[in-house]
Amino acid sequence: MRRRKLLGYGAAGLGAAALTLFAGWWQVDGPGASVAAGQRPLPLGEMAFRLTDHEGRMVGPEMLIGRPSLVFFGFTYCPEVCPTTLSDISLWLDGLGEDAGRLNVVLITVDPERDTMEALSNYVEYFHPAIQGWTGTDHEIAQAVEGFRARYEKVPLEGGGYTMNHTAGVFLFDAGGRHVSIIDYHEPREFALPKIRRAMEASATGSS
Amino acid sequence: MKLPFASLAVALALGMPSALFAGSQDVVAENAWARASIGTSRPGAAYMTLRNTGEEPVVLTGLSTDLAMMPDIHRTTTDAQGMTSMAPAGELEIASGEAIALEPGGLHVMLMQLQRPMVEGESFALTLEFADGGEMQVDVPILGIAARGPEE
Repeated sequence: MRRRKLLGYGAAGLGAAALTLFAGWWQVDGPGASVAAGQRPLPLGEMAFRLTDHEGRMVGPEMLIGRPSLVFFGFTYCPEVCPTTLSDISLWLDGLGEDAGRLNVVLITVDPERDTMEALSNYVEYFHPAIQGWTGTDHEIAQAVEGFRARYEKVPLEGGGYTMNHTAGVFLFDAGGRHVSIIDYHEPREFALPKIRRAMEASATGSS
Repeated sequence: MKLPFASLAVALALGMPSALFAGSQDVVAENAWARASIGTSRPGAAYMTLRNTGEEPVVLTGLSTDLAMMPDIHRTTTDAQGMTSMAPAGELEIASGEAIALEPGGLHVMLMQLQRPMVEGESFALTLEFADGGEMQVDVPILGIAARGPEE
């Protein structure tokens, strides 16, 4: 009796393990895989979107080619993640000193409804002067997010209004527009700076 | 026989205040700070460390301030694909001798529906409400919008 019970547990255990493996496959490699999982952003040269920067200029991914770039998604009604990311980036740029001038640094809003050109302009001036803000139509923002293999979603708030969930990492590209790496949200400065320097070096060797 | 009973009654009576506020008077708020806001239409955020120096666990149940209509503690989480989201953290228990950090990228005070702009250099009063009925007022200095913490 006892033995049978143990066998029963064993079978249940195997069943659970198989289910876990299947769930893992489904989420990582199978049809349940999210777009972002394991997918690298397209090279900037293969992306296609038209946005407006915080000074009203028409911009697109091709304008980032020629210099190494840091690109990230956010929105200015974000009380937590975005100011933290922006102040992290400002600190990294300060750490790079004059080299910061050799980078494109772009915040693409995932909340174009509230982040008009004026709202972005008003916001980015509080951070490092190299940081640009890009906004545009819902369709063009969606195109941009797709190109970076990033994600975003609108979430209604209790008590009215809404907030945005979004990919919070900072995408690094070399001067040729090739994706080099991602700096995860809140990654310490001692890891972030070498990653940026690597993107800059990759650019130097890539262009020679 | 009467004497021990009487002293017990006195002890109980003396014990009343701590029974009423079982532990929340032992909470200490350290390094409180907030970021300045741009106007009042965007929500604000504030941070601090809450340390329970007492013998009993305490439970933080709510917040109030005249600065914001809806102050609440939220938690920022990042999923495996790097997408971040925020959600109300609910009640927070602080074990005896432990501290919880409200800091960028984790738990934080969300200040929704600001009643006035948060101006760098000013401060505001935030009242913490505990499950035992105790309340505690914390003076939160407002730092710059790009501030990273109280020490810089």
